[in-house]
Amino acid sequence: METFYQAMRRQGVTRRSFLKFCSLTATSMGLGSAFVPRIAQALETKPRTPVIWLHGLECTCCTESFIRSAHPLAKDAILSLISLDYDDTIMAAAGHQAEAILEEIMEKHKGEYIVAIEGNPPLNEDGMFCFPGGEPFVEKLKRVSADAKALIAWGSCASWGCVQAAKPNPTRATPVHQVILDKPIIKVPGCPPIPEVMAAVITYMVTFDRIPELDRQGRPKMFYGQRIHDKCYRRPHFDAGQFVETWDDEGARKGYCLYKVGCKGPTTYNACSTVRWNGGVSWPVQSGHGCIGCSEDGFWDKGSFYDRVTSIPQFGIEANADQIGMTVAGGVGAAIAAHAAVSAIKSTVLKKQDLKPLDDSQNKNKENV
Amino acid sequence: MKSYDFDGNAPQGLGRKVTSVYVYEAPVRLWHWVTVLCIITLSLTGYFIGKPLPSVPGEATFQYVMGYIRFAHFAAGYVLAVGLVGRLYWAIVGNHHAREIILVPVWDKAWWQEFFFEIRWYLFIECYPKKYIGHNPVGQIAMASFIWATLFMCASGFALYGEGTGEGSWAHTAFNWVIVAFGNSLDVHSWHRLGMWAILLFVMIHVYAAIREDIMSKQSMVSTMISGFRMFKD
Repeated sequence: METFYQAMRRQGVTRRSFLKFCSLTATSMGLGSAFVPRIAQALETKPRTPVIWLHGLECTCCTESFIRSAHPLAKDAILSLISLDYDDTIMAAAGHQAEAILEEIMEKHKGEYIVAIEGNPPLNEDGMFCFPGGEPFVEKLKRVSADAKALIAWGSCASWGCVQAAKPNPTRATPVHQVILDKPIIKVPGCPPIPEVMAAVITYMVTFDRIPELDRQGRPKMFYGQRIHDKCYRRPHFDAGQFVETWDDEGARKGYCLYKVGCKGPTTYNACSTVRWNGGVSWPVQSGHGCIGCSEDGFWDKGSFYDRVTSIPQFGIEANADQIGMTVAGGVGAAIAAHAAVSAIKSTVLKKQDLKPLDDSQNKNKENV
Repeated sequence: MKSYDFDGNAPQGLGRKVTSVYVYEAPVRLWHWVTVLCIITLSLTGYFIGKPLPSVPGEATFQYVMGYIRFAHFAAGYVLAVGLVGRLYWAIVGNHHAREIILVPVWDKAWWQEFFFEIRWYLFIECYPKKYIGHNPVGQIAMASFIWATLFMCASGFALYGEGTGEGSWAHTAFNWVIVAFGNSLDVHSWHRLGMWAILLFVMIHVYAAIREDIMSKQSMVSTMISGFRMFKD
């Protein structure tokens, strides 16, 4: 079987360029120079890993993001030239020709290929809400995944459900890990995910032939190990207690922390604050708007993007912890006052009736005093 | 454990009988008041962590307002958690009053009868209160709920704390499962804040019930948690 190196040479890549690529890959994945020969050796000896890219219920923002990766070498060399064998939205082939390629890869590389899923399958009405190539997407997903080595869930759709799974989720859009239960799944959430993160995850997998280390929720630790907040360049303003109070105030002009205008950075695991976007040009907080938490589970249903203390969805009402707490506290306070008043009246009445030794003793006490 | 149970006539010569029983041992009382201080600190600082104070002027280098508030919150959280662990330990080794708010005998039919009696007493249906050396059944339920709420606050609190201290820290290792169980850190924040309100509600009811019983059922409540002795003033 053809190795990565052979495939690259076939595409006209010189050995010198190949070694440069190995260095660049090592650097982009945060590995030391000792890894360069290891990557080169892996690419020279391992059979290339084909990647099948499926599109379910989605907006294609993951693909839009991915083709704008700032590391063109990683993206183009590894994926366009070498590994991305099937991607129905961006491949040249179409219709029956495209589907024939899919069948061919699945047969030829049985158990070897990686399936990258963008979007998710809707399960209502037997999956009729997403119907690519004359087949419900859920069927296609199960069929293609059956012989895959591993699955990558691209974006928040595939990872968590995202906007189409937001309440009331009419199509019952379901994240991949709830449909495919018997394969390793790497979640790369974000709406869309950062292109460099996507390229690096897939490069890691095809280069080292193993999945990157994942956290408890199935996300690669190297990009989702910390929150936006942990490495935000505005963090010193948070610790100092300097906040943007309104969008046009002095704090906004000075670049203060956006926490009070609802930044979800403290509750969002992603690499935006370090990798940034558009080739490192900027990212949401840098452009003056708080993080909306797009890589977190169910972020559409977590209340306003502009509150820190947001609605608690489990209550089925638009109320946050403070509103609920203060309302109940008010109610309990009123109840206590009423209860105390009744208690006072009742003990006075009892005293007057002079019924029991309990009150006798009190009366005696009074007389004695 | 031995409880110092003694009867004696009150020296006032009013024909009243004052009975005094040693109920709460020193560690229980210490835990109570340490927890009170922790709850005050945690609620105040926690409120301002969710809804921070107005911005402070000047260079960020010389300011650390949010940092100090968060430090106080974390420190008090540790004290609360250590106190809770100590209290649970004392439930094992202490006298049987130390156990009654942890292990509520919900399987006991007689306990339920007394529970409904107490409900009737609080609803003014019963005219005269029963006397308890420790907690009455409704009080037991309330206290047990508080213990559970505090356990939840410690678990969710350390889970959130572990997000900041990061992978590999003990809080992250031991409590990150809470974040995973909720699925989203923001939900844990919301429920942690709701937990604060639940505990504040408990405090309102707890303080009211203690003072009210002190007056209405002629047994000491508030001073018992200071001296350890419960006085029955009949």
